[in-house]
Amino acid sequence: MTALLDGFLQALQLILRLDRQLVEIILLSLEVSGLALAIATLVGLPLGALLGLRRFPGKDLVVSSVNTLMGLPPVVVGLFLYLLLSRKGTLGFLGLLYTPSAMIIAQTILALPIVIALCHAAIVAVDPLLHQAARTLGATKRQLTITIINEARYGILSAVIAAFGRVAAEVGSILIVGGNIAGYTRVMTTTIALETDKGNFELALALGIILLLLSFLVNALLHFVQQRGLTGRP
Amino acid sequence: MILSLDDIAKQYEGKPVLRRCSFTFERRGIHVLMGSNGSGKSTLLRIMALLEAPDSGAVLYRQPDRILAQDLDLRRRITLVLSRTGVFNTTVFRNVAYGLKIRGIHSAYLEERVVKALGQVGLDGQRDQRALTLSSGETQRLGLARALVIEPDILFLDEPTASIDDENTAIIESIILGLKNEKRTMVVMTTHDKDQAERLADRLIMLKNGVLEAVK
Repeated sequence: MTALLDGFLQALQLILRLDRQLVEIILLSLEVSGLALAIATLVGLPLGALLGLRRFPGKDLVVSSVNTLMGLPPVVVGLFLYLLLSRKGTLGFLGLLYTPSAMIIAQTILALPIVIALCHAAIVAVDPLLHQAARTLGATKRQLTITIINEARYGILSAVIAAFGRVAAEVGSILIVGGNIAGYTRVMTTTIALETDKGNFELALALGIILLLLSFLVNALLHFVQQRGLTGRP
Repeated sequence: MILSLDDIAKQYEGKPVLRRCSFTFERRGIHVLMGSNGSGKSTLLRIMALLEAPDSGAVLYRQPDRILAQDLDLRRRITLVLSRTGVFNTTVFRNVAYGLKIRGIHSAYLEERVVKALGQVGLDGQRDQRALTLSSGETQRLGLARALVIEPDILFLDEPTASIDDENTAIIESIILGLKNEKRTMVVMTTHDKDQAERLADRLIMLKNGVLEAVK
């Protein structure tokens, strides 16, 4: 108990004095997860909108597949990506293994199904009366699509926030493809795993506190966005 | 603009709803389409408003000298207000401005026309209110304002007072009568309320057994 309390106090000291190593790890974590999220949103939002607004053969199968991929185990993603990026792998020539780029790819793969599936859900939840209203008022197909996406904006934002929550707390895939190299690919979650193994709890605890705070912020933001959507504030 | 229906037929799941509907709407004023529940009034209105295609027959929009192509330009000269109005999750003002914005109209002219339409339906005091917080009667008036602001040649109204109170019904009826006096817009509306039809109709049309028949 005393060890835990000591570790906790030392962790707080690290946070309060803005320890350089701690700050670097946090910034790299935010950079990797932020870029992964940006790519997943750029690709996932149009795909979610396409699924929500267009009819095509096999659509139900695609929706079910995307929903299934939301629960993709990170270590499995890490394993497949490792095999692809390793020297003998198909994409080995790119030399991406054990780089932040590989970590961004891994997190993008994890975030993408969440963004697609939740954007799709947000778009199909838009009242069909609004589709009709836009059409009766003379909207073109493109204007109708923009209108529906705009109406689904709170749901779409929730999708992005939920995806960020998933990738920021993820450890399995980035540990495998990033290699946890100090000062280069070491992020919050992988550092916590490593430092715990080494018995170096203060840094692990400090990062754990930051991660918890981040998780709280993400959830608070999600709640705020959902409330705005429910109350329909402009 | 003249609207002609030529032998329109439509069926749902093998059950005929409209059969050989032919009619010409050519005079400005209020055309009221009556019929019992399920008689196909709303379906016919949607077909006339080009939101749905008939199984057979044709909807023709004409000027005295030519038939108009059923393109975006024509679709933007007609509009339909549904019996239940879906509102965009934004302010009353922005809801009404929607039809103008998608036509590329912005700035002061947009403001002027939106303010005028809001005044017509008595929602001028609620322009910055969230549209989702309006009562059902106010929401229906908002739907009407959204249509009026685009100054359509033909305004289709599907049971515009079906689910609202007497006070809002009176307001909406007076707006419709006001359109008759302006002599700019042709109104084609459905109702199942005989008294309302008597109060408003310049021309009363019955839809019975899938066929149209003028009675006034």
